[in-house]
Amino acid sequence: MLSVRSQRRHVQSGDASELGVELRSLDKSFRSTEGTIHAVRGIDVSIASGETVAVLGPNGAGKSTTIEMLLGLANPDAGTVSVFGLSAAAAVDAGIVGAMLQTGGLIHDLTVREVVTMVASLYPSPLTVDEALELAEIGDLAPQRTNRLSGGQTQRVRAAIALVGDPELLVLDEPTVGMDVEGRRAFWTTMRAFAARGKTIVFATHYLEEADLYADRAVLMARGRVVADGPTTEIRAMVGARTIRATLPGAELDKLRALAGVVGAERHGEAVILSCSDSDAAIRALVGAYPDARDIEITGAGLEQAFLALTGDDEQAPRGLEEAQAA
Amino acid sequence: MTTYVRYELLRTFRNGRFFIFSLGFPLVLYFLIAGPNRDEHDLLQSGLSAPLYYMVGLAAFGAMMATTGSGARIAAERAVGWNRQLRITPLDSRSYIGAKVVTAYVTAVVSILLLYAAGTVLGVRLAAGNWLAMTALILVGLVPFAALGVLIGHLAGADTVGPAMGGTVSVLAFLGGTWFPITSGTLYDIARYLPSYWLVQASHVSVGGHGWGTRGWLVMAAWSIALIVLAARVYRNDTKRV
Repeated sequence: MLSVRSQRRHVQSGDASELGVELRSLDKSFRSTEGTIHAVRGIDVSIASGETVAVLGPNGAGKSTTIEMLLGLANPDAGTVSVFGLSAAAAVDAGIVGAMLQTGGLIHDLTVREVVTMVASLYPSPLTVDEALELAEIGDLAPQRTNRLSGGQTQRVRAAIALVGDPELLVLDEPTVGMDVEGRRAFWTTMRAFAARGKTIVFATHYLEEADLYADRAVLMARGRVVADGPTTEIRAMVGARTIRATLPGAELDKLRALAGVVGAERHGEAVILSCSDSDAAIRALVGAYPDARDIEITGAGLEQAFLALTGDDEQAPRGLEEAQAA
Repeated sequence: MTTYVRYELLRTFRNGRFFIFSLGFPLVLYFLIAGPNRDEHDLLQSGLSAPLYYMVGLAAFGAMMATTGSGARIAAERAVGWNRQLRITPLDSRSYIGAKVVTAYVTAVVSILLLYAAGTVLGVRLAAGNWLAMTALILVGLVPFAALGVLIGHLAGADTVGPAMGGTVSVLAFLGGTWFPITSGTLYDIARYLPSYWLVQASHVSVGGHGWGTRGWLVMAAWSIALIVLAARVYRNDTKRV
């Protein structure tokens, strides 16, 4: 207990806060009914203090297992976790970590305000309950019993619970699953406001747009490994930054693929879609070779295409936001 | 920690099932059973008046329900993942169980005091020292039930915990002599080895009789140790980092 207190003082003194979060050579297997699953196969990730990082990947990529090790809920078979210079468990005990796990509900027979107050009382220097409710935009729910909340409302209360301890590191495991568009927007407004206080946020998501819009950086995982790690803009640049769409009947795809700056081409009826590594060169080459091309559009590819190109695994690709909403 | 326990208590007292089974049910039964027999001064050769015997019997029943129920609510918290949520707060898991035991005892005391009040309504009069000695003995006798609750809370699922707990406690209460004194026969041979029997036997202290005797203390100690060891084991398995 004493050692935890002294470590916390060390964290607050400022020099340790530069340390951030370090995952070193993490490895984890567990047994299931289908045999041994090697969920995480040697992961190295460094997250600077104050950064917002998205962990992206399909189901079974090892995101949740990585997060459990980051939170001290699971011990790695090999490798180390360091959270602002502390072990995962010590960081949790020191009250510098808050988290929203993938699944979870609320205890009953209490109001929203009471549950948040109860959790706040466990932390050494929490936010005020009003501040947490306001950040999570659930001030209006405060007097309601937790039994009567909708799924989306429950998620927002869980967000308030994750924030109320005023943690330095906030970990969110697929936090917006089950939320409607409006709820999702409100949720990320909350997280942006929290990040603006200099907090470090790590979130796992299926939704590429969320990583694109809200993270400084994306770590892409597949089959227990990190397949890409960088600023979201950089990851997009790694694989065909832009797409050109044009109405061009009769053009041969092979010839289009040979154009400068073009890495891929496909046909949709009369239209062709070109994936480009350099869209500026590609558009000049296109209109030079095919002066009759019309209705030309150039768009950013988004992380989804980047993900597909990097993992080469269409089957297990994460769903896009529109697709998920339609489902 | 105090705030945490305060809200644990608040939500226990708001819970309808707790009110009915730990507080309401024993109280109503007490008046139904002891009321018509309030002039019976030696209930089935127990040496105790009916109002006194049933007061302690039903206080023991309510207190068993309250203490076991508090731990058993861990099952519902596990079902919604609340215990995992708490594991990523600075609350250590010993304090989590500690808060459950404190809640168990506070609710048990409320249940006992309600029955004492009902007892005085039906004419039970005891010296202050005897009230205290009897209460102390009952509180010690609840230790195995607090551990039993934690055990059931980890073994049962959210939908089976009600029947599992209610059934176990009801059988123990019946064999312990909550509903009528057990003084001879096969039932007596079984009862003497149950913690619930000795819990009800605390009533003898109230009229200056000796408490549990060596056998009583041995039975209580054995059940307490066994159930605490089992509860600690399931709890450790549950919180172990895999």
